[in-house]
Amino acid sequence: MQSTVKPIRPWAASPRDRALTATSVALSVLASFLVVAVTPMKGKLAYAFVFFIAWLVIDSVLVIRKSGMKGVRDGLAAKITLLGGALVMMAVASILWSVISRGIKGINLAFVTENMRQASLFDPIGKGGILHAIFGTVLLIVIAIIFSVPMGILTALYLTEIKGRAAGLIQFLVQAMSGVPSVVAGLFIYAAIILNTPLRASSFLGGLALTILMVPTVTRTAQEVLNLVPRDLREAGLAMGATQWKTVALVVIPAARSGLITATILGVARIAGETAPLLFTVGTFDSYNFNPVKGENTAIPIIVWRALNGGSPESVQRAWSAILVLLIVVLALFIAARALGTKAMKK
Amino acid sequence: MTNSEISSINQNGTHMSEQENAKPSSLSDVAANRAEKKVAGTAPLGTGLEARGVHAWFDKHHALEDVSLDFSAGTVTALIGPSGCGKSTFIRTLNRMHEFIPNTSMAGQVLLDGKDIYEPGIDVTKIRLQIGMVFQKPNPFPSMTIGENVLSGLKLAQLKVSNHEELLEECLTRAGLWTEVKDRLGAHAGGLSGGQQQRLCIARALAVKPKVLLMDEPCSALDPGSTLRIEETISQLSKSMTIVIVTHNMQQAARVSDYTAFFLSDGGPGQMIEMGPTNEIFSRPRDQRTENYVTGRFG
Repeated sequence: MQSTVKPIRPWAASPRDRALTATSVALSVLASFLVVAVTPMKGKLAYAFVFFIAWLVIDSVLVIRKSGMKGVRDGLAAKITLLGGALVMMAVASILWSVISRGIKGINLAFVTENMRQASLFDPIGKGGILHAIFGTVLLIVIAIIFSVPMGILTALYLTEIKGRAAGLIQFLVQAMSGVPSVVAGLFIYAAIILNTPLRASSFLGGLALTILMVPTVTRTAQEVLNLVPRDLREAGLAMGATQWKTVALVVIPAARSGLITATILGVARIAGETAPLLFTVGTFDSYNFNPVKGENTAIPIIVWRALNGGSPESVQRAWSAILVLLIVVLALFIAARALGTKAMKK
Repeated sequence: MTNSEISSINQNGTHMSEQENAKPSSLSDVAANRAEKKVAGTAPLGTGLEARGVHAWFDKHHALEDVSLDFSAGTVTALIGPSGCGKSTFIRTLNRMHEFIPNTSMAGQVLLDGKDIYEPGIDVTKIRLQIGMVFQKPNPFPSMTIGENVLSGLKLAQLKVSNHEELLEECLTRAGLWTEVKDRLGAHAGGLSGGQQQRLCIARALAVKPKVLLMDEPCSALDPGSTLRIEETISQLSKSMTIVIVTHNMQQAARVSDYTAFFLSDGGPGQMIEMGPTNEIFSRPRDQRTENYVTGRFG
């Protein structure tokens, strides 16, 4: 027999609750218009400010009859949290919006399929492109990943699994390294390698400079996800006669895999937009250079830096468009990493 | 039972199987019923597992004091006692899992077939290979399938086995799980119920063929049905290996064990108060404190 009971949600907001919320919002909007009209305050910010204060007060008054002081406190906390979230989201949205709205004007087929060999930053939009810099950025990121992911994860394993005698010192060094200004990483490679060896500016040296910045991020994130693996699992491995190495390789790392991918992504996010460490280590080049160890190269952030310094309207336009391309490249890398991670998971 | 039978038990580490028909009515009856199948007596030196004056510390906290116990080959020994009396700590000293917790220390000897497992230079992974462990909470490896979980020990301990399928079926059958999972060996272990996960962990522990199986409250998180299945599994396994089981459930101790050891802490370090054949511990314990505990007057 079919049940005649209708599913309901007694915990959801009732129509009356919703009406109250709508009323308080409407009253607050009204209040904000009134206050802005009669006081010298002006502008969008004034509306927002008055609205928020009015909303806090009006909603509290409406809620106090139903839920008392507890309801008022709950409402206040919820609204302040909402305000904080909105402020953060506004900052992010505003950055995205300015990049997209300004960058889109300079995006055309040539911009992502050509290089700057035959064109200059001051040429009209539509001439030349930054495909060589896209390749350069991807190459630098790949080099940095090759060095810093194994180094970062092994360091994290030393800190979480082996907990060796140097753990305290290494923990301190990792923390100190994460505070190194990025230009110092570039200067270090310049002073240590370019001044002292026959090696000259190249993608490889740029990748090394980025590695210095990426290792601490990867290490700290990896350390946190490894700490989340239950001790039970390690003990289960050891109790079956496994060495610590086997337990880590076959139990701990697979259990933390998705977190380790996140660690890599955060590391890439840290370095993808870096310009300063590349200035002395990669140099600049207007066409493709696929040789990582020989010859100067370029990257999207370098193009952005040079184009902004150029100052002409075309040049600045190229800078904005290049930033947009950089965002898309990084997003594509993240999606690829996630897809790889989940694919490996299913397998 | 004759003496020759006794020695054959001890030499082979196996028991004669006998049918258990009588319906038990009380704890001591249950235990007595079981004891008929086995022989009460002291463990022969040089076989099975022997603890000699074992102490354990966590930092400065003295958790376990001077425990000496023999687990002769092919017997099931239950460790009972109130919470915090050192049972779990003791069982973890038996396969050197105790040292896995930072800042711990121990004293005494644990002999496996007459050799001290704490001797310097001994390969601790070989020890844990021979003395398997099942934990209180089911802990299958989340990144592996059911089949991979069972066979994980081969990879972890780097053992060579010619026929994986055969071993898989054997271990799952012995753990009483084969019929339930044989059609979904490729599924993830997280989809099993708690009781099935625990039996999977038992199967996993069996795959590396340990001589001794330590079980630390294996049923404490399980429903009565799963508990029963695991107890059946223990009875099956006891024919071919030595089992030490920590339990809070005295009915369970009476049902599955040949010997019972009672642990107690009077505020200080945990001590082993009394050890004997299970039916004696439950029917006529020598120590007043044991009697108080098994009759439910405290704990």
